[in-house]
Amino acid sequence: MTVILAAAAAFVFACGTYLLLQRELTRIVIGLALLAHGANLFILLGAGRRGNPTFIGDDPSADYLDPLPQAFVLTAIVITFGVTTFLLGLSYRSWVLTRDDEVQDDLEDRRVAKRTTPTEVEVDLAEVGAALDAEHQREAEHHNEAGPDEWETP
Amino acid sequence: MNALVAAPIVLPIAGAALSIVIGRSRAAQRLLGVAVLVAVAGCAIALLIEVDSNGPAVVQAGDWPAPIGITLMVDRLAAIMLVLGSLMLLGVLVYAIGQGRVDGEEHRHVGFHPVYLVLSAGVAGAFLTGDLFNLFVSFEVMLTASYVLLTLGGRRSQVRAGMTYVVISLVASALFLTTIGFVYASTGTVNLAQLSTAMSELPDGLRHALALLLLGVFGIKAAVFPLFFWLPDSYPTAPTAVTAVFAGLLTKVGVYAIIRTQTLLVDPADRPAGLLLTIAGLTMAVGVLGAIAQSDMKRILSFHIVSQIGYMIFGLALFTVAGLAGAILYIVHHIVVKTTLFLIGGLVEHRAGSSDLDRVGGLLRTAPVLAITFLFTALSLAGIPPLSGFAAKFALVDAGIASSAWIVVGVSIVVSVLTLFSMTKIWAGVFGGEIDRDRDEPRPMPALMLGPTIALAGTAIAIALAAGPLYDLSERTAEDLLDADRYRLEVLGS
Repeated sequence: MTVILAAAAAFVFACGTYLLLQRELTRIVIGLALLAHGANLFILLGAGRRGNPTFIGDDPSADYLDPLPQAFVLTAIVITFGVTTFLLGLSYRSWVLTRDDEVQDDLEDRRVAKRTTPTEVEVDLAEVGAALDAEHQREAEHHNEAGPDEWETP
Repeated sequence: MNALVAAPIVLPIAGAALSIVIGRSRAAQRLLGVAVLVAVAGCAIALLIEVDSNGPAVVQAGDWPAPIGITLMVDRLAAIMLVLGSLMLLGVLVYAIGQGRVDGEEHRHVGFHPVYLVLSAGVAGAFLTGDLFNLFVSFEVMLTASYVLLTLGGRRSQVRAGMTYVVISLVASALFLTTIGFVYASTGTVNLAQLSTAMSELPDGLRHALALLLLGVFGIKAAVFPLFFWLPDSYPTAPTAVTAVFAGLLTKVGVYAIIRTQTLLVDPADRPAGLLLTIAGLTMAVGVLGAIAQSDMKRILSFHIVSQIGYMIFGLALFTVAGLAGAILYIVHHIVVKTTLFLIGGLVEHRAGSSDLDRVGGLLRTAPVLAITFLFTALSLAGIPPLSGFAAKFALVDAGIASSAWIVVGVSIVVSVLTLFSMTKIWAGVFGGEIDRDRDEPRPMPALMLGPTIALAGTAIAIALAAGPLYDLSERTAEDLLDADRYRLEVLGS
């Protein structure tokens, strides 16, 4: 049984990591929630054999489950809940401000990067960048077709 | 004594609750915030004096004995950090009140004071706790408050930077939680004192893995190479007062956790000295090179935070009394100087409307007091004698030479020169040059903003003057840290 729980924790971690690496904020938020749940499942593994009671009866020789990991998980769930709510609020704010669910770029960073004088390689890179931008634009247009209905926009 | 140990956590939490209740009156909120932080600073100073003369103070919550109950433990390191933390929080709060009166919606926001107090409770909790899980909870309290403070204005740049900051912090938290799971599953305890013996009984591979996981988790929070990318990106967008507290305190809580866990939990035989030295050298170098490329005062200063974390890790990596004493002295100097520099950055922004080096200039003539304050703190950051940075860097380099860590000593000296270079850049861009006639009339600087800035700069100079006694205190602290048996004895009583 422990193997199944361990495999489940690993699977949840994997899904969380995958979602975290996406550019859409909603996916990132879900990914983070999954990561935290993976960690919680993982801590439960340390409690002992699945199915044993925590504190029932007064037989000192019986197999008990360690209750402390459950207390840890309870605390962690409350924290994750609060922070996930905050993150959802933040990504909604981002949507209201930019009308886009994607992670925004750091403009100051771009500005510093642009200050260097362009060499030949960089000019080539700029062309590649322009091509990529155009492709991105096409993708975005395509994306909009599948976007939210009018009544969903705030 | 017991009440004194718990007060730095309990007072701000109670104050935050009360601050929400009286939220209708900003004046009452301000008064309450300052009163609570003055009380916390008083408790912290009393604790430092007590702990330095009579040894560590331990409180077992609810009188449950150590491995069962929650332990609060104040030793010299915790007390020093607590004193500095509460003084910085107090100074910056006064500054924020001053700024709220003239501009900055964010500092007048009804949520600012309660959340700020929660932040200070979290910081104090992280310093005082003697238990790994409580360290996690304190970190979360501190970080959640910092998420709110960072994005209080809800501006576009804040939301963008806040998102990066929250996501990276949450990943670190999930990793921390997993590490706690590992630690508890393999040792059956999260009490730091008990862990220090339990960890050394584990098999080699597991022990090393746990030590590295702890280093990685706190490395993200402390922004060491290569885990620092989030810091220069997110800090500059926050309101000035908030950035100053973040810059001075939050990463240092991470450094504190690294020092605490690496000295207490990791067996002396397998301390990762080589790894830490490499990290230290790279953190110093990459941070300062990043700073040189920037052209905004706040961003330059943010990169310098990264660079200086390297010095602290350098002192720890030596694992000698001299090295740790140097690191502690460096932390003391850094917290004060960095907070002051960010407050100066905020004043520049307030006066000239921007902190971009290309857009402001000539402040030496229009704001000479500010210019002189900057001169002293910036030279101190670079480590010019006889200022506080010199004493701290001298102690570190001296310890490095004694341990023959030649390469990192060399790097640290080169980085100091580069730091001086980028401070000169700020000086030339902001304070030198011509006064820009096109810009609006420079605004006067309120006394409540200038006062705390000068007071903190004065503290930095006081550190330089009292470098001798402070170094002795750091040395005693370092001896405590390297003696894990002492910590166990105080907490467990056996």
